[in-house]
Amino acid sequence: MIFGVLGVVNFSHGACYMLGAMIAAILLRDTGMTFWVALVVVPLVMFLIGVLMERLLVQWLLKLDPLYNFLLTFGLTLFTVDLVKRQYGVSSLAYPVPAGLGGRVSLGSVELSVYQIFAAAFSVLVCVVVWLVLTKTRVGMIVRASTEDAERSRALGINVARWVTPVFGFGIALAGLAGVLAAPTRSVNADMGSFFVIILFAIVVIGGLGSILGAVVAGFLVGLVEAYGQGYVGQFSQVLIFVLMALVILFRPAGLFGREEAA
Amino acid sequence: MHRNKSLALAASAVAGSLVLAACGSGGPSSGGGKISDDKVVLGLLNDQSGVYKDLSGPNSKVAIQMAVDDYKAKYGDKAVAKNIEIITADHQNKPDIANTKAQEMYDRQKADIILDVPTSSAALAVATQAKAKKKLFIDIGAGTTALTGAQCNKYTFHWAYDTGMLAAGTGGALVADGGKNWSIVYPDYAFGQDMTKSFSAAVEKAGGTVQQKIATPFPNDNFATFITKAGSTNPDVVGIMAAGGDLINFVKQYNQAGMADKARLAVGLMFITDIHSLGVEAFKNTVFTDAWYWNFDDQNRAWADKFKEKTNTRPSFAHAGNYSAAFNYLEAVQAAGTDDADAVVKQLEGKKINDVFLRNGEVRAADHNVTHDVYQVKVKSKDQVKEEWDYEEVLKTVPASEAYAPPSPDCKM
Repeated sequence: MIFGVLGVVNFSHGACYMLGAMIAAILLRDTGMTFWVALVVVPLVMFLIGVLMERLLVQWLLKLDPLYNFLLTFGLTLFTVDLVKRQYGVSSLAYPVPAGLGGRVSLGSVELSVYQIFAAAFSVLVCVVVWLVLTKTRVGMIVRASTEDAERSRALGINVARWVTPVFGFGIALAGLAGVLAAPTRSVNADMGSFFVIILFAIVVIGGLGSILGAVVAGFLVGLVEAYGQGYVGQFSQVLIFVLMALVILFRPAGLFGREEAA
Repeated sequence: MHRNKSLALAASAVAGSLVLAACGSGGPSSGGGKISDDKVVLGLLNDQSGVYKDLSGPNSKVAIQMAVDDYKAKYGDKAVAKNIEIITADHQNKPDIANTKAQEMYDRQKADIILDVPTSSAALAVATQAKAKKKLFIDIGAGTTALTGAQCNKYTFHWAYDTGMLAAGTGGALVADGGKNWSIVYPDYAFGQDMTKSFSAAVEKAGGTVQQKIATPFPNDNFATFITKAGSTNPDVVGIMAAGGDLINFVKQYNQAGMADKARLAVGLMFITDIHSLGVEAFKNTVFTDAWYWNFDDQNRAWADKFKEKTNTRPSFAHAGNYSAAFNYLEAVQAAGTDDADAVVKQLEGKKINDVFLRNGEVRAADHNVTHDVYQVKVKSKDQVKEEWDYEEVLKTVPASEAYAPPSPDCKM
């Protein structure tokens, strides 16, 4: 979405995901803030960070080649990760599964943890909400119009620039939310985002740059490929994701749902 | 990433020219003099910023400083080494950087010994340098048996642990305790493969069976399917050979998958810092082998208290190992009356040591592996924990003779 509206390839998503999880873990440790509160508070904090990032840094490079913002966000990632390491060390912080979601349920032959089901359902919910906002509201229409064709939207009297900051902040907030959701099942440390961003990149490319539906479909696709890959070829499961990406690029250079001009 | 590479290139270019400069000036002047350059230089080369920072890292310098203080207090005016300097460098767990830094330490900074060096590939690179420069290297942080096996040399010692000892302590003991059937999950790189080989051998020797050996990518953050697969044969024990962040990913997901109630979890290599970061709850019933535990007895505890005064944290076995290695090196310099590497090696070889870290320790002359009693431990349950860092219950002391394999025939000094 950030790419669609701004033409900015945000490479700092991994770092924002990490920040989301770290903030949740630190708040839990120092103030006892529960998972449920963090689920609301962390995205808000991340939204503010996103707004600051956009206002202070990203906006100045918008007029230049997108590569500059790519480098900027990459630099921000290195900076943030090292800052967190300096402050909180490299060992993971503790983040237990939230109370009430610790159990397991049996669904026929498979047994799933309640938290997994919750995380999956919550992700779907967030997707649906984002989709509804984008398709059913005026704000969503403006954002979509700007994504489709910023020039023409501007010609129609829409102040595209006004929406740039909140959209950027929203994107960062979502990354932070993902971090909170991941905290109970992943190790929470400064490096947790570095791996995430690579998979994310594959998902975006497979789905098609700038396509929101594409990103959702590709996300599930990549998840399935990884899971089956683990089952059948073990250590090569991650390679499979990139094989999939290479195949998609080979046959559909713009990604599954991308448009040619976006690529 | 490119930036790192070009930095590394630049660093090796600089180091390369330094090596040439050192050769030009006549090389090391250790010959007949008592203390070269009038000082003994201890070089600490380890991970100062990455995944192994907390378990050894900068706090190992504190441990080495404690060894220097104790040495000075013990010998006072009679000390052979009057000026002792500690230098540190970050090898970022990369063998190429370790190689360059080791050259720099030995040649330019006149290090008489390099200590620690976690990460097996980096340790092997430093061992090669030690051999070429004829200077000492005592490894504490790395696990590979190759240091005292095929790639052993006269100037390299392995002080704290190796994969063979971890396997004998954990693998053998769990089979004896009824854990006959094993599934092993391991990251598919040198350390994971080495650990899996050692564990399989130990489990089979004790009469158990390894039903599955499951390779995973490294690094990896999603183990869901691997865990399902590991549980599919209903094993008594699931052995995990990952370390650091991957280990924590695995344990969290293992517990969420409900496996903790079905099979015991055995961790190949665990540091107390791992338990500290996840909390004892997550490691319920987990068994592993520790080279040293700070709260094992009064002697350890006293040392750990001193360490805590300086660092505000409890020591891992790597910290205590660095202390012990540095102190015994200085003792050897004292006994030899010089810091000449060959004379010091002669003092160390075959030496029997009992100190805060080594119990029934022996510096084996045949392969320079330092064998000692190690501990099979279980992670305490939450209500057993009486203070911060009080995480381990020692089930059994594994005598050195059982923990360490005899010297490898591959080692030719």
